[in-house]
Amino acid sequence: MYNLIGAGLVVIGAGIGLGQIGGKSVEGIARQPEASGKIQTAMIIVAALLEGLAFGALILGKG
Amino acid sequence: MHRILDRNFLILLTMKIFQHNLKTLALLLLVFVPITTYASSSGEGQVDTKEKVDGYILHHIQDSHDFHLFSYTNDAGERKHIGFPLPVILWSSEGLVSFMSSEFHHNDDGNVLVESNGLKFAKIHGKIFELNSGEEKVAFDDEKHATNAHKVLDFSITKSVFGILFVGLLMLFWFSRLAKQYKKQQIPTGFSRILEPLVIYVRDEIARPNIGEKHYRRFTGYLLTVFFFIWILNLIGLTPFGFNVTGQIAVTTCLAIFTLIIYTFSGNKHYWKHMLWMDGIPVFVKPVLAIIEFAGAFLIKPFSLLIRLYANITAGHIVVMSLIAIMFVLKNEIGVVGATGLSLVLSILITLIEVLVAFLQAYIFTMLSALFIGMAVEEHEHH
Amino acid sequence: MQDLLNDFSPGLFIIQTLLLLVLILLMVKFAWKPILSSLNEREEGIKDALDAADKAKRDMENLQADNERMKQEARLERDAMLKEAQAMKKKIIAEASEEAEKKAEEIITKAQTAIQNEKKVAINELRLQVAKYSIEIAEKVLEHELSDKKKQMKLVDTLVEDVKLN
Repeated sequence: MYNLIGAGLVVIGAGIGLGQIGGKSVEGIARQPEASGKIQTAMIIVAALLEGLAFGALILGKG
Repeated sequence: MHRILDRNFLILLTMKIFQHNLKTLALLLLVFVPITTYASSSGEGQVDTKEKVDGYILHHIQDSHDFHLFSYTNDAGERKHIGFPLPVILWSSEGLVSFMSSEFHHNDDGNVLVESNGLKFAKIHGKIFELNSGEEKVAFDDEKHATNAHKVLDFSITKSVFGILFVGLLMLFWFSRLAKQYKKQQIPTGFSRILEPLVIYVRDEIARPNIGEKHYRRFTGYLLTVFFFIWILNLIGLTPFGFNVTGQIAVTTCLAIFTLIIYTFSGNKHYWKHMLWMDGIPVFVKPVLAIIEFAGAFLIKPFSLLIRLYANITAGHIVVMSLIAIMFVLKNEIGVVGATGLSLVLSILITLIEVLVAFLQAYIFTMLSALFIGMAVEEHEHH
Repeated sequence: MQDLLNDFSPGLFIIQTLLLLVLILLMVKFAWKPILSSLNEREEGIKDALDAADKAKRDMENLQADNERMKQEARLERDAMLKEAQAMKKKIIAEASEEAEKKAEEIITKAQTAIQNEKKVAINELRLQVAKYSIEIAEKVLEHELSDKKKQMKLVDTLVEDVKLN
């Protein structure tokens, strides 16, 4: 039970983080459209790392 | 702009290849495989209740020992399964044992025993157990674990192995044909023309920028293989044949360990120094950081690689199948037409997203592999 | 985690490892190496062709610049030649007119001299004639006037007057 709550908390955190990443990178692209390629790559990498964290928490939390 | 165009182009391409795969696979099945019909021995009927749907989905995302296409109930009320059996190869206590999976008669709860080499085997939830000597029937404890049987090392040509073999041969066929075309002409024709920009994409957008101009050539072959392997398997997973190869934890573990081995063995002096004895920090922090870095390189990085791919693909399959199951589960609540329409719309939408995810996961796996390799071979002249 | 470990099939893992290894080796040997080297070759070829085109363009530009310069030079030369010719023409004209003037003057001078001479000759002749006529007149007058003194005197006066006038 508690580990499921913990996993849920991690997923909430990851969701906030992903929102930040997405929002900030869109802002970045809006400010510098010519750098959109680099920003997208960086965004995908960070998002992927965060996603890995969230999945890890889910799987560990599931027991 | 260029990248956005690229992405759209890739999505279109995905659809094209998806169609192509379907045709090839169907052809292959028709030519090589004797499709058999066999009646179910257990009492399971149509999948139409919530519990049965859950069971069906869980069963589907597991590997399976026979290639099951579809099932129906005939006029006599008998459940018929259409598909073909695959060979079972086991490393048992008596050595290698092999027989066709049809001998289990599609049974999955340990009630059908197969005798071979004087040993008895039962299939329980997709796993094959060897009965302890002298036992006649599988006994279960309260949690439905077999008590008088043990797992064997299973080298069967399961559905996943079949998928891996199929994709491997497909890749060899496609890309060796592309390679051959260059001998005659500068620009490939036909389907190879679609493959060429993909190869260039992986080389120029994944390998080159992440590994660096100096070293990328050594690793491009691995990255290309992994990229197309994962992508094609992801896409085949979306076809109604029900492959779930990249959703098998064993497969993704293997892929992650390959990447781990490659970046560990190609790491230069600086990489190891950075990991084990980092510059520019107080001495008493160094061992702590070394432990963290070591765990990061050998556990967290490969673990995140394997879990990401496994979880994304498995989750995708579960979502698609759950949305299809709306058709049966909500039939009584919102009517046949409503349930079917809702299920159809939602599952088509999610399948489109899954087509994107299929590419994205292959891209991310390859990208992160390239990034990790790039970290390992990076040179620091300016230090 | 427990489910995950339960799902993990060691047999599948071993098969996948072997198959992936074989696949990577085969793909590298039969597909990626020839494909990547062909792509490289083609890209090098394109790069070379572009470089060559660039060079040709630059050569062309140089050539054009040369041409332009040569044209400019030729134009300047032509202008200079024209100018020179103009000057020469002016000079020639000036010289010619000068010479003509000189000649004309010479001719005029000569003519004047001749006229002067003629005039002198004529005057001398006239003088001789006048003298002759005077003598004849004087003879006649003398013949006539010798009879009348007064008339003689008057005649002499008139003659003298005439002579003075001449």
